[in-house]
Amino acid sequence: MDYGLFFIQALNGLQLGLLLFLVASGLTLVFGILDFVNLAHGSLYMLGAFICASLTFALGNYILALIVALPIAGLLGYGVERVIARPLYARNHLDHVLGTFGVILVLDTLAHMIWGPAGIAVPLPNWLNGQIVLGGTLAIPSFRLLIIAMGLATAAGLFWLVNYTRLGMLIRAGASNRTMVAALGVDIQLLFGLVFALGAMLAGLAGMLIAPITEASIGMGNSIIITAFVVIIVGGIGSMKGAFIAALLIGMIDTMGRSFLDNIFGLVMSPTAAETSAPAVSAMLIYIIMAVVLALRPQGLFPPKVR
Amino acid sequence: MALRHWITLAVLVLLAVMPPVFIWMGNPFYVDLATRLVILGIAATSLNLILGYGGLISFGHAAFVGIGAYAVGIPAYHMLYGGGEAVASFNGMFQIPLAVAVSALFALITGAICLRTKGVYFIMITMAFAQMVYYFFISIEEYGADDGLVIDMRSQLPFIELDEPLQLYFFCYASLIAALLIVRTIANSRFGMVLQGAKGNNERMVTLGYNTYLYKLTAYVISGAMAGYAGALLGNFTTFISPEMMDWSRSGELMFMVILGGAATTLGPLMGSAVFIIIEEVLSNYTIYWHLPFGLMLIAVVLFARGGLMGVIGRGRDGK
Repeated sequence: MDYGLFFIQALNGLQLGLLLFLVASGLTLVFGILDFVNLAHGSLYMLGAFICASLTFALGNYILALIVALPIAGLLGYGVERVIARPLYARNHLDHVLGTFGVILVLDTLAHMIWGPAGIAVPLPNWLNGQIVLGGTLAIPSFRLLIIAMGLATAAGLFWLVNYTRLGMLIRAGASNRTMVAALGVDIQLLFGLVFALGAMLAGLAGMLIAPITEASIGMGNSIIITAFVVIIVGGIGSMKGAFIAALLIGMIDTMGRSFLDNIFGLVMSPTAAETSAPAVSAMLIYIIMAVVLALRPQGLFPPKVR
Repeated sequence: MALRHWITLAVLVLLAVMPPVFIWMGNPFYVDLATRLVILGIAATSLNLILGYGGLISFGHAAFVGIGAYAVGIPAYHMLYGGGEAVASFNGMFQIPLAVAVSALFALITGAICLRTKGVYFIMITMAFAQMVYYFFISIEEYGADDGLVIDMRSQLPFIELDEPLQLYFFCYASLIAALLIVRTIANSRFGMVLQGAKGNNERMVTLGYNTYLYKLTAYVISGAMAGYAGALLGNFTTFISPEMMDWSRSGELMFMVILGGAATTLGPLMGSAVFIIIEEVLSNYTIYWHLPFGLMLIAVVLFARGGLMGVIGRGRDGK
């Protein structure tokens, strides 16, 4: 096997895993605390990418655009919470799914109307556009390193926020017993809105980080949201630790599966059989993992201790 | 008769009378529309059995429809392009049972796993299995991958010529009536009572000595088989199949039809599909952005119209 390629793919897997974590962490926060299934979380990821793209052209600088776009994504999330999510908290999951499915249609079409049907490429500043040579033929784009660094930093920040701040304490308290938190005099509506906005900012950040690589495009949210759901279900819904571990696991397995599964299959079957079956299996791989995890541990790998 | 009985009768009579009238008026396009409506109605009715009566929120029902369609498309492909001449001339006698059997088998295997979970986990695992099928067909180059596959020959049946739009329509219409009767009979049977009891309070039914898991699994298999049958009809109608039929938004649309029309009512899902077809047809004529009003309507229905259309028309739904 080619070890250079293996190393590069491991980095790509790590990058995908961290982006998945950014999307999944907001999803798992919202579900864990609000017991709300938000399919539209992926649309916030998409909007993050588009807003960042527009701002990059308006301000002429990607990093500046990112900084301005983050609070906008948070505000959008807060808006979705106020208008759609809040009236649905008391309803069942079916209403959540249908209502937020409607939100997806609305936000996707609005994005289509505003930004047009084609994807928008986001130009990077020169200092991020280069490559870092690791020796020999091995080189990685510096922007991918930035994504990995940002992902790790955000994950660390999130752990600090949830475990060591007053807001985090309230979030954890809200997750285990929201009625009690409200009874103790905490403005639970505001807390819910903040959690939703935080989740939207995290998803938006993921969209902003991926936009320079893949372009901002309609429907980009719909492909990641399903994978993010796989992540939080494998990790155990409501568990931040579970989301982190599962995101890295899924990111790594998905990337590795697509690159190396035909080699692995080639060890036990004929090359042609391996070549035809590997793409099918690697595309299904994460869903197979999810099904196996749920069949063996219906509550996910790291179910949070609640209630 | 109560108002909703009159409406039921009126809708079914209209569906029987209008398509020949459309042909007579020289508007075959509306027959196509009615055919699609009736097929979607069967698929939504099958979903209603588990979603409405069973309270099982399946978010992957489009996979069964897709499997049924591929069960028509793949044999047709092999028959024309080498291989399966072994199958007799009435290939529909083979394809349609195959569609039902494969989707029932898929429902049995996945249902056995999915039903171990509850709540949002169930929603997501049903969706995950649908995505698996979706990606499976996307990666099979032989059958067109994501470009899909044209069915060059419709299912051949004795006495019925599916290439004739009106005969195809009435074949689908008869199937719809059968599907409505089957679901209605099941819902009112002892089996259906246990199913609805488990929806209301699973622990109580278990305590009463029912193995609710088996009841739910049986309902899941029946529902999947029926959706597979609808898929076989859809494949014959569109003569084109693609993985896009199994996209998760298709499953969402089916859920929308059931909820809009009224879950756990006999005719609700059909009414929901009718509204869906009308919205799609009318709005997409005016604007390419028709998903925007559709999405807004979906949100409005969820927020304000609890109980769906049949709930608005009259008492058609149990208390929940």
